[in-house]
Amino acid sequence: MDGPMPEAMIGARLPRREDQRLLTGQGRYLDDLDLPDALAAAFLRSPHAHARITAFDASEALALPGVVAVFSGADLMEIQKPLAPKVQHPQLRDYPRLPMPPEELHYVGEALAVVIAESRYIAEDALELIDVDYEVLPAVGSTAAALRPGGPLVHTGDESNVAVLLTQSAGNAAEALSTAPHTLSEEFFVMRGGGHSMEPRAVAARFEPATGQLTIWDTTQSPHYARQQLSMIYEMAEDDLRVIAPPDVGGGFGPKAQFYGEEVVIPWVAKRLRRAVKWVEDRQENFVSAMMERSQTHQVEVGFDADGRLLAVKDVIEHDQGAYCAGLQVPSITTSTVPGPYKVPNIDIELRACYTNMVPTSSVRGAGRPQAVFVMERMMDRIAAHLGLDPAEVRRRNLIQADEFPYQVGIMFRDGSPLTYDSGNFPALLEGAVERIGYDEARREQVRLREQGRYLGIGLAVYVEGCGLGPYEGAKIRLTNRGRLLVTLAAAGQGQGYETIYAQIAADGLGLDMAYIDVTTGDTARIPFGQGTFASRITATCGPAVFEAAKQMRARLLDTAAVLLGCDVSEVDFDGNHACLGGDREKSVSLQQLAQVANIGKHGITLPRGITAGLETASYFSPERAAYASGAHAALVEVDPETGGITILKYVIGHDCGTVINPLLVDGQVLGGFAHGLGNAMYEEAVYDDEATPQATSYLDYALVSSAEVPPVELFHIHSSSPLNPLGVKGAGEGGTVPPPAAIANAVEDALRPLGARVTRAPVTPARIVDALLAAASVADSVAEKKKVS
Amino acid sequence: MLEQATRRVRGTVNGDPFDEAVDPRLTLADFLREKLRLTGTHLGCEHGVCGACTVIVDGAATRACLMLAVQVDGAAVETVEGLATDGELAPLQQAFKRNHALQCGFCTPGFLMSVTAALREDTVRDEAQAREVLSGNICRCTGYTGLVQSVLDVANGRSDA
Repeated sequence: MDGPMPEAMIGARLPRREDQRLLTGQGRYLDDLDLPDALAAAFLRSPHAHARITAFDASEALALPGVVAVFSGADLMEIQKPLAPKVQHPQLRDYPRLPMPPEELHYVGEALAVVIAESRYIAEDALELIDVDYEVLPAVGSTAAALRPGGPLVHTGDESNVAVLLTQSAGNAAEALSTAPHTLSEEFFVMRGGGHSMEPRAVAARFEPATGQLTIWDTTQSPHYARQQLSMIYEMAEDDLRVIAPPDVGGGFGPKAQFYGEEVVIPWVAKRLRRAVKWVEDRQENFVSAMMERSQTHQVEVGFDADGRLLAVKDVIEHDQGAYCAGLQVPSITTSTVPGPYKVPNIDIELRACYTNMVPTSSVRGAGRPQAVFVMERMMDRIAAHLGLDPAEVRRRNLIQADEFPYQVGIMFRDGSPLTYDSGNFPALLEGAVERIGYDEARREQVRLREQGRYLGIGLAVYVEGCGLGPYEGAKIRLTNRGRLLVTLAAAGQGQGYETIYAQIAADGLGLDMAYIDVTTGDTARIPFGQGTFASRITATCGPAVFEAAKQMRARLLDTAAVLLGCDVSEVDFDGNHACLGGDREKSVSLQQLAQVANIGKHGITLPRGITAGLETASYFSPERAAYASGAHAALVEVDPETGGITILKYVIGHDCGTVINPLLVDGQVLGGFAHGLGNAMYEEAVYDDEATPQATSYLDYALVSSAEVPPVELFHIHSSSPLNPLGVKGAGEGGTVPPPAAIANAVEDALRPLGARVTRAPVTPARIVDALLAAASVADSVAEKKKVS
Repeated sequence: MLEQATRRVRGTVNGDPFDEAVDPRLTLADFLREKLRLTGTHLGCEHGVCGACTVIVDGAATRACLMLAVQVDGAAVETVEGLATDGELAPLQQAFKRNHALQCGFCTPGFLMSVTAALREDTVRDEAQAREVLSGNICRCTGYTGLVQSVLDVANGRSDA
């Protein structure tokens, strides 16, 4: 029974069940839910990066017809409790992040009041009628400013802007660097930006006075996390709070995995007013109030021998935490991602996370990994250039080999366990990418074109991605009274196709056709425990839970059928939706009959002998530690040194996420992740000025890639099964996003090497390329000469 | 802000007549979503860039967030709800499904309407033109691969599901 079923659904390339409703306009996103008589909410947000509220007058707003209520932070003191950082550290100097601060505001976009009105139009009118006096305070608009001695303080009265200083080390990097035959150092600045799910955040709530229950619809990636936070803040039992992530959520990408003040304010106001209230974030709000990932600055030094073998890496990371610490997950992941797929005997990583007067930062697809990969992969290229070696060859010499797993890196991962790569084949990924990009031919072409004054470049980037994090995820399977199998997940999806994937996994565990299996997600009233969709974790945690619950359910169904058929369980198997004795449909019981006997029963009548009541199973899977997906990207670009324009001629992705449940969907994850990564590599920049005022607050100022920017990709997979879960799966949601900034930056510097341009900042924009060319003295001459000729 | 009299708007949406009184400032997108309860038209940016709200007005792909409801008086409006016939997906919808051209699905109605309008003009011959047709809409999930393939499939008359 543990063997693969005759027609395995795991691995099948299936279109999705979700698509029919989404393609016909029948999706059920939060703003589509019909909540009769619901009021609309709009938040008043700070126009200042740092200010004290000295006066607040909403009388004019309240007088506007259609306005039901206005609440300032001071009006809701009973819920002004800190929203705790998700990932903490004993040394973290934590500043309480309040749902709607009553006194001091710390970033542009921080909510300070909410208007509740008959329509969003009226609510927004009323916002303009609220009169607030501010005492504007000095603000911090960068990590450099935050760490500058004697500069302004993010939080008035604090002693410094440092959130936490942490180190990760293995061996003795200082000594290894002092004795290394070669060392190189560089400063890198890596910008990431926002999640930019096409559906912004939204929350709606309705209180039922008769039951004392508060129902909350929330676009969150983590409904159980939200419920737990609300339970603590409201001092209500979790059973009286039902958090539902709607069946359709329009993208997540990290920001929706966080917990925000709006999620506290809206349900509470609904409870106070005894009216349903709905808030839907608009895009302008999303730009200034949804968490983003923003920037890190890395001071890196590497030591290596004459063959290019790494001896030591030292990296000092400045991380922008924003106005409050929503969690240390991102910088902590960065620190453990720096060594990547390479053998580094001596590691010293120092993190300086600091506060700034900008919206708090948190995970965005990739979550701290793209920055680390950028730094390490840029340095691999620098080592090659320094020694006159080929960049692919330098990587080959340093990669962890396929027979070295489990591989202990020597430092810790964010899940609290030693960073231990479970499985993989990094050389196969690199060689696959090198071969498919046509590496040798591209090198020859590069030489040929340079003679014509054209600049071709090849960029490689290899990465390892910790995913499938604990503590657990679970699933319940129940035979419904109508004879269908209902798989209930705590996990909430945002487009990943859970209704399809988990039906596939359950089908194999049950040995039943998918047609009899339904999947439901993201509702705290349906399953008590859950964590949420983040960190590419659901397939590796929820997947095994569904498989196990399905196997248990198969045993329960067949046991029950055997009793009713009067035979041994070994003689029973499914044919369609019937459990048959010896394959004979004439001697069978249907799933509906099984439900009739074991679930519905006959009132007051004793169950047949041998039948166990209640056909329901549950399983929670707790991974021993993170699983590690990996990949290699290769980019072939041409750069125009006059304009700084980059043309991507070819792009190859090698991806390894272990067992693939549905290749169609995994390819979609990788290619979509790549587009996001390409945005980080070339376009997206959350610009703030020195006064910490956001400068990019619309899609006119912040460029998301369209079909015109994303090139075709050649994608290949290898499958190194994870030994850490029974399905052998790893995460697939973020890998595509991680290496593109590194691959593109490497390709651009490789292209411009004859001109001496050094690429140290991401995104790699035309302006930065031109700046880098101008900074290279030799370039100035060559440009001048070229102009003379033309 | 001032109290403004409502205006009467009459027209058709997906062939069905409507006759409603609306605030002059009500956007077409909110009119469709809230008055007519056609919630397939989504709002992604409300400043005309992302294209999630794209509908077809008198044959032209139009941002419903940038048009007022009063402007469709006398017009024929088409939305995503009108693409399938009796539950059977149109060839473009089938292609989206086959090619995994959607994930979260939020931007999907806008893509479907933009591409539907463009394909009626029969101008897509190759991948570059397919990308051009798609480039007025933003998708954060798919990386556009399946979308490009879907446009090409339908432009080239491929309709196998």
